Amino acid sequence: MNLRRDVFQAIADPTRRAILVLVASQSLTAGAIASNFDTARPTVSKHLQILTECELLKQEQNGREIYYHLNPNKMKEIANFIEPFRKMWDDRFNKLEEIMKKHKPKK
Amino acid sequence: MELKTKVHAEEGKQDLLITREFDLPVELLFKAHVDPEIIVQWKIMPNTTARIIKFGGKKHGSFEMESTDAQGKVVSRVNGVIHEFIPNKRIIRTFQVENGPMGVMFEIYDFEKLSDNTSKLNMHVIYESGAIRDQVLKMPMDKGMGMAFERMEEIMKKYK
Amino acid sequence: MELKTKINAEEGKQDLYITREFDLPVELLFKAHSDPSIIEQVMTNPYATAKILKFEGKKHGSYQTQSTDAQGKVVFSSNGAYHEFIPNKKIVRTFEMENAPLGVQLEVYEFEKLTDSTSRLNIHVIYESGALRDQVLKMPFAQGLSMAHDRLQEIMKKK
Repeated sequence: MNLRRDVFQAIADPTRRAILVLVASQSLTAGAIASNFDTARPTVSKHLQILTECELLKQEQNGREIYYHLNPNKMKEIANFIEPFRKMWDDRFNKLEEIMKKHKPKK
Repeated sequence: MELKTKVHAEEGKQDLLITREFDLPVELLFKAHVDPEIIVQWKIMPNTTARIIKFGGKKHGSFEMESTDAQGKVVSRVNGVIHEFIPNKRIIRTFQVENGPMGVMFEIYDFEKLSDNTSKLNMHVIYESGAIRDQVLKMPMDKGMGMAFERMEEIMKKYK
Repeated sequence: MELKTKINAEEGKQDLYITREFDLPVELLFKAHSDPSIIEQVMTNPYATAKILKFEGKKHGSYQTQSTDAQGKVVFSSNGAYHEFIPNKKIVRTFEMENAPLGVQLEVYEFEKLTDSTSRLNIHVIYESGALRDQVLKMPFAQGLSMAHDRLQEIMKKK
């Protein structure tokens, strides 16, 4: 399985954001989703794959069709814009720790 | 009679806003806040004498002030740093009573010209917590500040 | 993987807390906040080189920083004054991002020794308003989005 995709990168694309809006109100099949866009079907499939990999979309089998629906818990994570802020500080602190470990401890 | 000094404090927050209009041109309102010899005449606690130990009236300057009682005993010392200092417009500073329970306060003074002879002071004070702010509000703040502002206005009118 | 840094930003308030434990004695944790050449190293990233133009690490001292990009253009600068500066214990300072409508922040850094080789940093940041706090919180989110968008555009161009 691929690396878990970055959720913020996933929603950076306008087409993917539009897909999320579509499935927000009802579960849809890949075909039904694609019919809303001028984009070629394989491109839409790629978008659906990215969104599924980062768990923004969940799949559900219904008869012979696969339906896509929104994962509300993952959407909450995006609404939590604190995550990038936390990561920014965490990166800074990781760097600080790395730099200071090279200093001789004071006695 | 309506109180001239208004204290605005919203429920659940950790800051407050004090506003007061003065019968003074904005230059004199500002001078009253930055001239050490004038500050000690009005910005003090009742029944104390204040002495300014240090006052750097400029960006990144700092201040220290000491108050003594009638017996000459030091009752409080305050100090802070000035983050911003724009004459006749704005002062941003920290303020702390040494060894006091209120922590460090963050004060933003905005000086507003209303007309050639009148001006308005907006003091935005932010505390380390809502609990500390609520403690401050329990003191008769508007009365105390109101009296100090009245005293200041009287002093500065002589400079007109 | 869990991030080590914890952010506590309550709904509706105008302050937040940043907490992090380090595999460093408290003296080294403090040194990283009081030695200008180390601060420069920590602040510098692939997009901007940080320089400390002024640094007076003492009570009532002040500081000025400036970050420039590869072309030498100033992309970030900040300044402030130290209200308190107690080695290995506490720094209280004002902080302002220049040329940004984000107001001035009051920051309380508390350095805590946990063991001889570990320590904890607690940063309490107080903003002029709740709205400004939320704007500062959102900045990396917005930057990340725009960077991701740019990266995507780069990829699409090559197609």
